[in-house]
Amino acid sequence: MEIERPAMAGTLESSDCQVTVEPGDGRIDFTLESAVINQYGNQIRKVVFETLSHLGVDNIKISMVDKGALDCTIKARVEAAVSRSMDQFVNALWGGAFE
Amino acid sequence: MINAVGREIPEEILKITGKEPFKGNHYFDGYEYKKDGPSTRCVINSEGSKLVENIHEVLVKCGIQDGMTLGFHHHFRDGDYVVNMVMEEIHNMGIKDITICASSLGKAHDKLVEFIEDGTITNIQSSGVRGKIGRAISEGKLKGLAVMRSHGGRVRAIETGEVRIDIAFIGSPTCDDYGNCRGIGGKSDCGVLSYSMVDADYADKVVAITDCLVPFPNFPAHISMTKVDYVVVVDEIGNPDKIATGAAKPTTDMRKLMMADYCTQFVVNTPYFKDGFSYQTGVGGASIASTISLSKIMKERNIRMKFGVGGLTKPMCDLLENNQVDALLDTQDFDLNAVESVINPRHFRISAGEYADPFNKGAVVNKLDFVILAALEVDVNFNCNVVVGSDGIITGAQGGHPDTAAGAKCTIVIAPLLQGRIPAICTDVTTVTTPGESIDVVITDYGIAVNPRRQDLIDAMKNVDLPFKTIEELRDIAYSIVGEPERVQFDDKVVGIIEGRDGTVMDVVRKIKKFEFSGE
Repeated sequence: MEIERPAMAGTLESSDCQVTVEPGDGRIDFTLESAVINQYGNQIRKVVFETLSHLGVDNIKISMVDKGALDCTIKARVEAAVSRSMDQFVNALWGGAFE
Repeated sequence: MINAVGREIPEEILKITGKEPFKGNHYFDGYEYKKDGPSTRCVINSEGSKLVENIHEVLVKCGIQDGMTLGFHHHFRDGDYVVNMVMEEIHNMGIKDITICASSLGKAHDKLVEFIEDGTITNIQSSGVRGKIGRAISEGKLKGLAVMRSHGGRVRAIETGEVRIDIAFIGSPTCDDYGNCRGIGGKSDCGVLSYSMVDADYADKVVAITDCLVPFPNFPAHISMTKVDYVVVVDEIGNPDKIATGAAKPTTDMRKLMMADYCTQFVVNTPYFKDGFSYQTGVGGASIASTISLSKIMKERNIRMKFGVGGLTKPMCDLLENNQVDALLDTQDFDLNAVESVINPRHFRISAGEYADPFNKGAVVNKLDFVILAALEVDVNFNCNVVVGSDGIITGAQGGHPDTAAGAKCTIVIAPLLQGRIPAICTDVTTVTTPGESIDVVITDYGIAVNPRRQDLIDAMKNVDLPFKTIEELRDIAYSIVGEPERVQFDDKVVGIIEGRDGTVMDVVRKIKKFEFSGE
């Protein structure tokens, strides 16, 4: 699945995260700023990569500003941002790519 | 060496500081020592005034030089101007290598970071530090070791001579030209001067700084002229809006109210809740709410409190107003109601030594039945952390936490199970400030854990309808929601120590390290 244009999902409220995606240069380029990076940085990265893998995305620049979001929130925000980058506004790609 | 709370204290730190590792709350019980004393310059002439023109002149008169230790108090809280005012002048004079020994430092003192960076300040001893100083210390910018000590521990350190204060600066809301200081009246009313009383007793030079000079005698003095060398009048010693705020509105947060209710139910079901009990609480929303709900039950059951201790706020002063308590013992005032209550004849000012010092002949904390506290983190051994944030940066203060926890018969810590994604109940706290042996009960929004050391309290709760859990169960609930946190990665360099109230080393604080993803 290809990222077509920059898109965003999420907020900077406590316990949420804001995800920005844009077309990549042939790989997954992930940057993270997080209030809980010391404790959960690796876990957040794992969830982001797993979610992208489910969506079939491997060419993306994705950056996240995290305010202590739980894994389920992170997953939802990544899915929403990727959906929006493909103009998929109504039936977002919850849970993975189109069959 | 591993100390009594299981923390590895590097031999090198014990060697540099000459300290012992923490060996348990009562290790020094019965210990005898000779108190240190200040050098005193006698005033026998009748010239009648100790007024000095300005801060610069008074520093010269006190013989300021490189390497000195200066004492400050924090009764002006986030509204303090005194520390910055003095340090700026010292910086302008080119003095280096100063040790600041303050009862606490906060956001009002962000400016000191410049002086830490240029070597004006090389050591900091404080209850804790908030704001930018905390970050600077955690980043390794302070040349010496930061020492975090409790309010009682500070008095101990000064009385034993472990710390010798060369010059103490006492911001005083009112003062006369002969140095009689009072915490009340004037523009920067803070109520009491409890934390600076030990400075007045033990510093070689004592300087009162005021913005409200009153005619002699400013009696009854909170700090006597017999201990004060000089008086300086300045325009402003603090920002009244930040010294004492209006009383906090009682919380409407259902989660906090639920924890407050658990706390009150626990308190009233202990054997200590009877006519003549004693009580101290903090300023958190849940603590304040539990004081309010407790007062209702006291009225219903016709139970009076013998004395309340603080750190005082409106709900505690209301108990006095409503004749539900015999006396308030006051070390600090957090809101305007508490400041105004100081004139009540049953509202007594006490010194930090009377309050919490473990090295005198007995302090008030030893007579407490209940203390209600908060914590950033509590681990499965009931050890509490109130100084270092979960991100590894120094961000809080010990205050009277370890002192009251050690003294009270029933020490209750209220903490929401989760702060955002950070679990408050964890396997290991980032840094130990108060040992688990002092903590009897932990109350969270997901349940209550009683320390297994307190079988008597567990027995007392046999038929009480509260959601009791083990501390491990609480941790497991937290981890099941947010995931198990990884340990914060620190540099090897030790930047500070958490001193036990008896002067032993409770824990060390290390320099923070930039996070890196594993396996990249």
